[in-house]
Amino acid sequence: MSDATRIGEGPGRRSYLVGLVLALALTAIPFALVQFRLAGTTATVVAIALAALVQVVVHLRFFLHIDFHKTPRENLLALFFAGFLIFVMVGGTLWIMFDLHYRMMP
Amino acid sequence: MSDAALPAGLEAEATAERIEDKAFGFWIYLMTDGVIFALLFATYVVMTVGTAGGPTGADLFNLTHTFGETMLLLVSSATFGMASVAAREGDRRAVLLWLVVTAALGVGFVIMEGLEFSGMIAQGAGPDRSGFLSAFFTLVGTHGAHVSVGILCILVMLAQIAARGLTPPVASRLFRLGLFWHFLDIVWIGIFSIVYLPGVL
Repeated sequence: MSDATRIGEGPGRRSYLVGLVLALALTAIPFALVQFRLAGTTATVVAIALAALVQVVVHLRFFLHIDFHKTPRENLLALFFAGFLIFVMVGGTLWIMFDLHYRMMP
Repeated sequence: MSDAALPAGLEAEATAERIEDKAFGFWIYLMTDGVIFALLFATYVVMTVGTAGGPTGADLFNLTHTFGETMLLLVSSATFGMASVAAREGDRRAVLLWLVVTAALGVGFVIMEGLEFSGMIAQGAGPDRSGFLSAFFTLVGTHGAHVSVGILCILVMLAQIAARGLTPPVASRLFRLGLFWHFLDIVWIGIFSIVYLPGVL
């Protein structure tokens, strides 16, 4: 049955608990930085971005169980393709719109 | 299984293959949904400066409220995980219990978001106030709509598990719904990291 449903590939309760603890820490850090103004604005923005990126990886690893060895190859390809699309479309949007904004300044 | 035309082994294999295909199809859907959210994020970032003399994020956002929403969604992701593990172990009662907890946390999240939205609209900061607020309501509202649909699906799952038990088709639906729920939590990381935290700074 576990083969048929692929739920059986999940590493179990431990994985979710480890993921929860890591995610809690990676959420508490940026919120504390902003709430108590522990660092300068630039440093805080960089810290928020880093904590978010790491937390996305934590969620993919411990909640969605993305694993380079066990996850089917097509699923990984779809994930990386979506990541590439997002990079091009979001990066392109921000580039063009902020360039436009800069050139339209009075 | 009752189909006499195929030997039981082949039948099970065919079922497994169909479920595998559905899991892949659902994964593709999640990726496209991710692209939609990414573009809503891009729109929001572009529109942040377009406040049209109206309120900015610093005036409107309440960090404590956002932290509460974050906790509800994060813990609900973990409790859905517990339901998935219980399903693998075939423990029907535990699955039902964890799904009820997950749905309750999700409802709490949607209620908090509804309170935030109605409070903003009441103080004249609705989606029609500025480009910034249009983008804000579109992005956060789309996520909230996804969570609401997720809650509905959990209720349907509860009914199916109660009525049919943890048969392979039901368990595979639970698995896909779990992917959806965890995915929504990932989108929320983007929302508090791009919308709320920089907005308050």
